[in-house]
Amino acid sequence: MKVTDKQTLTAQVVIVGGGIIGTATARELSRYNVDVLLLEAEAEVGWGTTKANSGIVHGGFHEEPGTLKAKYCFPGNQMYPQLCEELDVCFKQNGILMVGRTPEEMETVQEYYKRGTERGVKLQLLSKEELLEQEPNLDPELAGALYAPEGGSVMPFELAAALMENAVQNGVRYEVNAKVIGAWAEGGKKYLETAEKVIEADYVINAAGLFSDDLARMFGDDYFSIRPRKGEEYIFDLSVKDMVKSTIFPVPGKISKGILVIPTAAGNLMMGPTGDNVDEKEDLGTSQDGFNRVFDGAKSLVPGLDPRKIIAQFAGVRAASDRGDFIVELSPNVPGLVHLAGIESPGLTAAPAIAADVPRLLREAGLELEEKEDFNPRRSGVIRFHTLSREEQDKLVQEDPSFGRIICRCESITEGEIVDAIHRGARTLDGIKFRVRAGAGRCQGGFCQPFITQILSRELGIPVTQVTKAGPGSEQVKYEAKELSEQEVL
Amino acid sequence: MLKHITCTVCPMSCNVELTLGEDNEILSLTGNKCARGKAYATSEHLHPERTLTSIVKAKGGMHPVLPVRTNKPIPKDKLKEGMQVVSKVEAQAPIKMGDVIVADFLGLGVDLVATRDL
Amino acid sequence: MKQVHVDVAVIGGGPAGLAASLAARKEGAERVLIIERNTELGGILQQCIHHGFGLHRFKEELTGPEYAQRFIDFIKETDIEVMLETMVLEVTPERKIYAVNSESGMLEIHAKSIVLAMGCRERTRGALRIPGGRPAGVYSAGTAQRYVNIDGYVPGKKAVILGSGDIGLIMARRFTLEGAKVEAVVEVLPYAAGLTRNVVQCLEDYDIPLYLQSTVIEIHGNKRIEAVTIAQVDEKWNPIPGTERKIECDTLLLSVGLVPENELSSQAGVAIDPITNGPLVDDAMMTNLPGIFACGNVLHVHDLVDNVSKESERAGMYAGRYALGKSSEKARRIKVQAGENIRYVVPHEVSSEEPVEFFMRVQRPQDDVALDVGGLRRIRKTSVRPSEMLDVKITPEQLQSLEGDTLVIQIVEQ
Repeated sequence: MKVTDKQTLTAQVVIVGGGIIGTATARELSRYNVDVLLLEAEAEVGWGTTKANSGIVHGGFHEEPGTLKAKYCFPGNQMYPQLCEELDVCFKQNGILMVGRTPEEMETVQEYYKRGTERGVKLQLLSKEELLEQEPNLDPELAGALYAPEGGSVMPFELAAALMENAVQNGVRYEVNAKVIGAWAEGGKKYLETAEKVIEADYVINAAGLFSDDLARMFGDDYFSIRPRKGEEYIFDLSVKDMVKSTIFPVPGKISKGILVIPTAAGNLMMGPTGDNVDEKEDLGTSQDGFNRVFDGAKSLVPGLDPRKIIAQFAGVRAASDRGDFIVELSPNVPGLVHLAGIESPGLTAAPAIAADVPRLLREAGLELEEKEDFNPRRSGVIRFHTLSREEQDKLVQEDPSFGRIICRCESITEGEIVDAIHRGARTLDGIKFRVRAGAGRCQGGFCQPFITQILSRELGIPVTQVTKAGPGSEQVKYEAKELSEQEVL
Repeated sequence: MLKHITCTVCPMSCNVELTLGEDNEILSLTGNKCARGKAYATSEHLHPERTLTSIVKAKGGMHPVLPVRTNKPIPKDKLKEGMQVVSKVEAQAPIKMGDVIVADFLGLGVDLVATRDL
Repeated sequence: MKQVHVDVAVIGGGPAGLAASLAARKEGAERVLIIERNTELGGILQQCIHHGFGLHRFKEELTGPEYAQRFIDFIKETDIEVMLETMVLEVTPERKIYAVNSESGMLEIHAKSIVLAMGCRERTRGALRIPGGRPAGVYSAGTAQRYVNIDGYVPGKKAVILGSGDIGLIMARRFTLEGAKVEAVVEVLPYAAGLTRNVVQCLEDYDIPLYLQSTVIEIHGNKRIEAVTIAQVDEKWNPIPGTERKIECDTLLLSVGLVPENELSSQAGVAIDPITNGPLVDDAMMTNLPGIFACGNVLHVHDLVDNVSKESERAGMYAGRYALGKSSEKARRIKVQAGENIRYVVPHEVSSEEPVEFFMRVQRPQDDVALDVGGLRRIRKTSVRPSEMLDVKITPEQLQSLEGDTLVIQIVEQ
């Protein structure tokens, strides 16, 4: 082993990456008597591609037969209701529509109907009239649609956080701000180096998303690479949430599924995503051109969309591989190294099914796995104040007065919920926003940000000037009053 | 020498042009549409004044800082010096609006006062 | 659930709510209640520590907290009830209010009349769709104002400000006085959006450059903002290629407009004017829902707090009268219409029985014109600016002489 004065940790299985794949795998492995450690580069889990995912739980009819995408997507879809119920995560099963405009497109719709029903997806063909009755705000020029009632939406960050929390309940350890900067195999063991530590592992699961090719290369596997592909999304105010019920897909193009109109699990409508190959894995900028393409695409499905109702935009980068399919396999070169890479769309849908397949791969690699008797699949429930009846809200405040202080007025989020989120692992303003939606509403945190900053400072026991938006380097307010003026007045 | 002063008395925002002599005295004044403009430009040229408003650190109150102001305008060129003083002052709650935080501010005969209860 | 019965419930304890509640009490309403979500009364005035408030009302220049304190002191002399840290969650057309605080839990408040005085919020980056990354260090100007003036933190030390509205200008001076450098104020219009006085005293006094007909076209940085790219725009506000320039900064403040906060109103069924984003009201400041009144920035965004107080006193007076059962059906209804170079007029409908004061804004600047009120009154104006509200009073006698049922208010050449 290389000589280092860094602190050394050991674990049987180390998962690199706390995105939806890493956290789902962590939770899956927490069913077994095995010692698991997850390393996340960012300040919180779910911070990379997962955070910027569209949140769609796909129907399972899109994927080409014979691909790993097809292998994992539909089974993943079927796992969602139980998974979300166990984790107390919102799963909005509002269905998916793929709409056609021309006779040629309707032929394609028919083909997808055939493809889906063959693999067991519940599907229904809708005539123009049926479609417009179900979704009166769609373009009346559309010719018909394919309807997948078992498709839906989740909040991907919420799900990743919940998976991690449940995994931790069942004994998994995890570290944040732990970017892997070096990795090697030696004497049957594998070593991972972060800025502060060296971790010795028997098995390593590469779920490093955009950086999974970099990690593979550190181990000497250079047979695949990640081709980052950016997607921009635009979120609308809650006041227009009822324009469509189901997620609306056009007939897909060659590269992507096209521009969609998505009723998110949070309630807001969203439109996007673009699909542009980019050079930088962390290129998270939105653009005027991206907006134009997204809006044109969305408007052709739902003509009444009003750009003045947009409250936020963001971009995410997909970790697509040069194989054009998922990579779920043992390394051919490094014993005990599992690659879960190239997980682009429908990766979120497939995640539970991919995770459920990891024990098989580990067993193949020689790990003995024994199910625990005391595995608890249930995460302790989250209180969502705004979903309760007035009587329930009253009762809650009588029991705990912190639920009587509304901090985020746009989304009616209470201090109690924010403190709970911090106790569950939120460390940043974005972490709070993605967990409980405080600051995600129409004022985008304009009113509540100073208050949430104070609550984070108090609960974490750090100065306000160390509270960050999204981890080190993103401090929210940098100086105390008079700190600057004493040095350099005017 | 020519000098331009934008009048701030009304929304017209007249651009007043002053012709100045060697001792900075006003030789002529044009561009104003009313008498108030002349008075404003004259005073703004000869002795521009500003009310300084800021915050000082405060202990024992519901907020960690206290808003303050000079109770009369001070010469514009004293603002910088004024802020140096303000940045070193610390007030102690309870404070009533109007309480003098720094008396005879910069020796100018005006006081720095609290602008709220704390 | 705790039940509360009042004559007049005022939602919001900022300048509008303070003036409305005092007027309602003065009119004779006995139980008047202010419901305020913050820890203290005064609303946004508490963070507006600069001076320039109250010149019309008190004939002197006060700071925001001083203006608020005067009204708070008036309230203290009355038996008006105040609930602090109390958030209204729902208003019903039957004038029931659900509100919550940590002391009482959920409250069901039954009011004979309600005054909506919730104020406004700032437009966000999302609404502007500024391209680029989403780093820390991008704030609406009012959020930064709170951080500095109430919480005592300075967000950064190298700032660019987008928008030359008054809050943007005021924050340029505040940042400078607190030791930060303001690199530029950027405005899409060909003129400053705020008051000339603020341009002079907040920018020129400190040599802060103002770039007109320009905007921020990209935000750089992933963790903390590192720079912005600004560019000049054409008359349609599209960036002109070749005029881009990058300015390093660690802070971007947005002062790009205010939006009345009418989510509670809309939910209750109050009809909203798409121009003001505030309720449609009559000359009693009453919305389409009987007994529900509106005033201040929730009704339309004001320029001067003095005007907010004046308008809110009318709303409070009529709300008090309504609670006492003294208001009557109006025989005649006159529609008010915004004519040439008038963006909007409040109120939207009048009777000819009450004296009325109209508030309005123009669409574009003009000099040497007159304001014509349906031919009933004509007032000479040396200049009109979109940033400055106009107001005009009309007597019942003048209204009675109006022919037809539409009153057109317009700007005419002198």
